[in-house]
Amino acid sequence: MIFKKIYITIAALLMLSVANADEIKGRGASFPGPLYKAWTSEYFKTTTNKVNYTPTGSGDGIKSIKKRMVDFAGSDKPLKPKALKKNGLHMFPAIIGSIVLAYNLDGVKDGQLKLSRKAIIGIFSGNITHWDDNEIIVQNPDLNLPHEPIILAVRADKSGTTFNFTYFLNKLDKNIKVSKKPTWKSSRVVAGKSNSGVSANIQQIKNSIGYIEYSFKDKLGLSAAQIENREGYYINPTLNSFQDAAKHAKWIADNDFYAVIGDPEGVTSYPIVAATFILLPEEKNEINKKVIKFIDWAYENGDKVATDLGYVPLPTSTKNQIRQYWEDKKINW
Amino acid sequence: MGARLFKNFSFFSATLSFFILIGVFSVLFSYAQEALHEFGFDFLYNEVWEADEDDEGGIFGGYVPIIGTLLSTLIAMLIATPLAMGIAIFLTEIATEKMIQPVSVAIELLAAIPSIIYGMWGLFYFAPIVQLTVGGNGVGLLTAGIVLAIMIIPFMAAITRDAMNTTPPVLKESAYSMGATKFEVIKDIVMPYAKGGIIGSIILALGRALGETMAVAFLIGSVMSIPSKITDPTTSIPVLLANNFAEAQDLEMSSMYYLALILFIVSFAIISLAKFYFFRKSII
Repeated sequence: MIFKKIYITIAALLMLSVANADEIKGRGASFPGPLYKAWTSEYFKTTTNKVNYTPTGSGDGIKSIKKRMVDFAGSDKPLKPKALKKNGLHMFPAIIGSIVLAYNLDGVKDGQLKLSRKAIIGIFSGNITHWDDNEIIVQNPDLNLPHEPIILAVRADKSGTTFNFTYFLNKLDKNIKVSKKPTWKSSRVVAGKSNSGVSANIQQIKNSIGYIEYSFKDKLGLSAAQIENREGYYINPTLNSFQDAAKHAKWIADNDFYAVIGDPEGVTSYPIVAATFILLPEEKNEINKKVIKFIDWAYENGDKVATDLGYVPLPTSTKNQIRQYWEDKKINW
Repeated sequence: MGARLFKNFSFFSATLSFFILIGVFSVLFSYAQEALHEFGFDFLYNEVWEADEDDEGGIFGGYVPIIGTLLSTLIAMLIATPLAMGIAIFLTEIATEKMIQPVSVAIELLAAIPSIIYGMWGLFYFAPIVQLTVGGNGVGLLTAGIVLAIMIIPFMAAITRDAMNTTPPVLKESAYSMGATKFEVIKDIVMPYAKGGIIGSIILALGRALGETMAVAFLIGSVMSIPSKITDPTTSIPVLLANNFAEAQDLEMSSMYYLALILFIVSFAIISLAKFYFFRKSII
């Protein structure tokens, strides 16, 4: 009896793995991980087509697609047209997300702390070392900021989130290099692995501040700062301010949509936004069609899920541009 | 037939471990070639670990993780050794029959806790306490060292206890009959007799502390810098490997194999020392 049960289980498992041979496999950026997970399960429910995405990190995604280990890859860092050509890849954006500066300060609630561009540069370059530094106090006269050292919570692993954050810092101060894993100059740095590791460090360490993806701030109820945008306004990280920022992104199909959209124009734009990209191998036309079909479905039906999770859907005009791009590359079905 | 099969099978099992050892070593060695070639022994003194923007090269040095590993292990050993000795002496010489069982079980259970749990406990409970009392960032060398110490105490205590138990009662009784106090018996009879086992236990625990990954990854801060204070964050070899493995390519990957090779050789040397020198002398 029991053997029969085991036998049936094994047979079922084998059948499952046979059925799975047809699924689409992707891996890469962890930044859009929660969203892709929601999209794929919804897609499976409506079309019974399986897409499997493993959020391992942008660098891993790029590595895997270069070696053709997966059908598509996610990356927060866009590849330059030259690199795409060299490796035979197509690229287009999938969704827009945002990065917040979350902090752990006694008595300072969510959205109360205002950080000027000068203050952000000072904090992350190690020139501002204490919370009661003049640069911070000037913008926050009502807050009771302690004379305690600022502890930076950063990423221990290479990360697309770090790339997009340092891209923003670089816009403010050219001395800061854009990098997936920079060497931070501040003397008080604590690093954690992935967005969840950094979030845990911020939660546990008093007087810390760090950059994380918005959905983690939302999920864990962390406090995040208002940030001075390009036009000099202090903007709270909200879906509306992300959407306003997304409107200013400029995409061009000619260079495979290569664009880093951080620090956009507009008085109501939240400044630290980032797009995440999909990479496809150009020679695998049949599989690419299946991937495209999934992405197109997501563009069509996935905006609500995305907004619920704290992401910003691409504007319709951009989506149409991308559909045109697929047609030009002859991967449309 | 059956007997021969059994003999072959056990021969196969016995040689397998040997081949795995050699296999692991040769894989580490061959994958590390690129970095060995590029950096040579300067790798050991270089403090920088930075990849190029396009991830194809960069400068990688093992100085920080090597120092971090040594320092965190040193702190752990300094805390764990006296405590483990205390536990072992208590269990063999002082505790009454009734107490031996529960204390032993508690210590053994401590050894059974998976290291990730120590890491989580350390980060969420212990790090804020350290920040409050000693200062610093909460996570760093000291926090990692203390939690590491807690993790290796059971090992050290158990082996030391076994070594001390091998002291022939007749030796101890003779000492007592000469008028020696309990402390004198422990100091002059038990400790010298079990010396080999005690040192062996310390070295085995050292080997385990060197390679501990998960708990330390939570607690050491993972920052590529030489600590100037005991509370400063730094990184260690296993932590650096765990954090960067998924994203590394080419030269960086090879440099990580280089680090792994260093750790492999050091741990191997330490365990061999314990096994072939100290244990041979005493228990076997």
